[in-house]
Amino acid sequence: MITVSNLTKKYGAKKAVDNVSFTVKKGEILGFLGPNGAGKTTCMNIITGYISSTSGTVTVDGLDVLKNPEEVKRKIGYLPENPPLYMDMTVSEYLRFIYELKKIKLDYNTHVKEIMETVKITDVKNRLIKNLSKGYKQRVGLAQALMGNPEILILDEPTVGLDPKQINEIRGVIKDLGKERTIILSSHILPEVSAICERVVIINGGVIVASDTPENLSKGLAGKSGLTLQAEGEAEVAQGIIKDIDGVLSVSFKDIGEGVFEYYIETDGETDIRKDLFYAFSKNNMPILMLTPRGVTLEEVFLKLTASEKASKDEHSKQQSEVKNNDSDI
Amino acid sequence: MTAIFKRELRSYFTSPIGYVFLGITLLVSGIFFVYSNLYRTVKDMSDFFNDLTLIFVLLLPLLTMRLFTEDKKNKTDQLLLTAPVTVTKIVVGKYLSAVVLFGFALVIMLIYPFVMLLYGKINLLPIFALYLGFFLAGASLISIGVFISATTESQIIAAVITFITIFGIMISGWIASVFNYPFIRYAVDWFSVFKRFTEFTAGVLSLSSVVYFLSFSAVFIYLTVLSIEKKRWS
Repeated sequence: MITVSNLTKKYGAKKAVDNVSFTVKKGEILGFLGPNGAGKTTCMNIITGYISSTSGTVTVDGLDVLKNPEEVKRKIGYLPENPPLYMDMTVSEYLRFIYELKKIKLDYNTHVKEIMETVKITDVKNRLIKNLSKGYKQRVGLAQALMGNPEILILDEPTVGLDPKQINEIRGVIKDLGKERTIILSSHILPEVSAICERVVIINGGVIVASDTPENLSKGLAGKSGLTLQAEGEAEVAQGIIKDIDGVLSVSFKDIGEGVFEYYIETDGETDIRKDLFYAFSKNNMPILMLTPRGVTLEEVFLKLTASEKASKDEHSKQQSEVKNNDSDI
Repeated sequence: MTAIFKRELRSYFTSPIGYVFLGITLLVSGIFFVYSNLYRTVKDMSDFFNDLTLIFVLLLPLLTMRLFTEDKKNKTDQLLLTAPVTVTKIVVGKYLSAVVLFGFALVIMLIYPFVMLLYGKINLLPIFALYLGFFLAGASLISIGVFISATTESQIIAAVITFITIFGIMISGWIASVFNYPFIRYAVDWFSVFKRFTEFTAGVLSLSSVVYFLSFSAVFIYLTVLSIEKKRWS
């Protein structure tokens, strides 16, 4: 449905987005993940036609954004990072304006009523937007994006600045909307992406570093998995017991006081050693106090993928600052 | 386009700007009318309108300063530029909202000739030509203000630059006369909205002046569209 190919955006010499390509299938919820300043917003601004790319193309249903801007824009509902609201209007006046601006053909009353119910803003419809709380403003922004029932929704960090309850509600709304629409959603909050999205594109420094389902991403980079265990008794004995179990690769421990030690066990990720651990420890009269599996979370994947980039970048900037220092010496 | 036009026109009256503009314009014009026409018992309104060009300098910047700057500040430009509307329609919608408010003030000012009718016979046609000329000159200057508003981020800067520009155009004829080069004078005169307007005060309604004013606005609307497009490409 959306095809982004070789997208590059330069601001002066700096590349905000560098040769980014991906596709989004109809009905898919794509998560766009990256640290702040990674180029997520720039990408979204290009897809929606707000700014142009330096090179590369974006097509929606085979239509180029630059060549058929009006048709493409009609298909897209966009919620930018800061919801684009007119503070001096009431919610209904604003939605009326959007209705006219986007030249929507649907019946005004039923359409607006439906949208206000979806995002739950019916009770504030006669209030001035500037007097609404951040959460409600965000919802009005979402309502704006939904006007005209666009097939595609592009949401730039839709839950930023909301309280946990509102975040949950908005996520629920987005998930419901995703049942019949194509959604691209950006975020730097990982649980959000893994909760809502079917596929994740991780972007860092303007470059795509990974693209897969949240599960595959965690699996692919996990390789090995591990367990954390707390037990009473001699550490050396316990270490011996653990090492004797099949599937254990390594074990380390730390004293956490009162005769209790915490063990970090790394396994090959295929054999489940929890039962073996239990029997082995009970045979030696060493009570297990805690046993938790340690899967690799998307968070770790994300940090792993973005950290290597960052390290090389830091080095680069360090070199640059050294060059600058030399200059100033002269 | 109509959606943007309606919204902008409405927003003049949700802020003090619309009221301030109408209030001061009508107050000043009332004083000028009493002074140049009633007090001196003159039925020709060209002096009145010549004096009234003062509001071009002082009040038109007020009308245009927030047209684009406000959108940039509130990020609502993102909404407009990602809506299925062309940039030209956005610019024209905003331009028309300022022109209509300005025109509305002029329509109220149409009372003045009818006040004079109470005291004697006057020829209304040349007076209406004056109104039309004043309206077209104002609309041309508004197009400059619209352009300036699109090129800056701050309302204050937009207002100040528009003020300076309109003031510059106003005194350009005088500056040009200092230089005794016909070429410069010709070039400046061509650009001077005020010079064109004086043709109307001479009671001449020439088609070329009307075309001049309309194309003046068209050029600046086009420049505004270009400057917005350019920002998206840079």
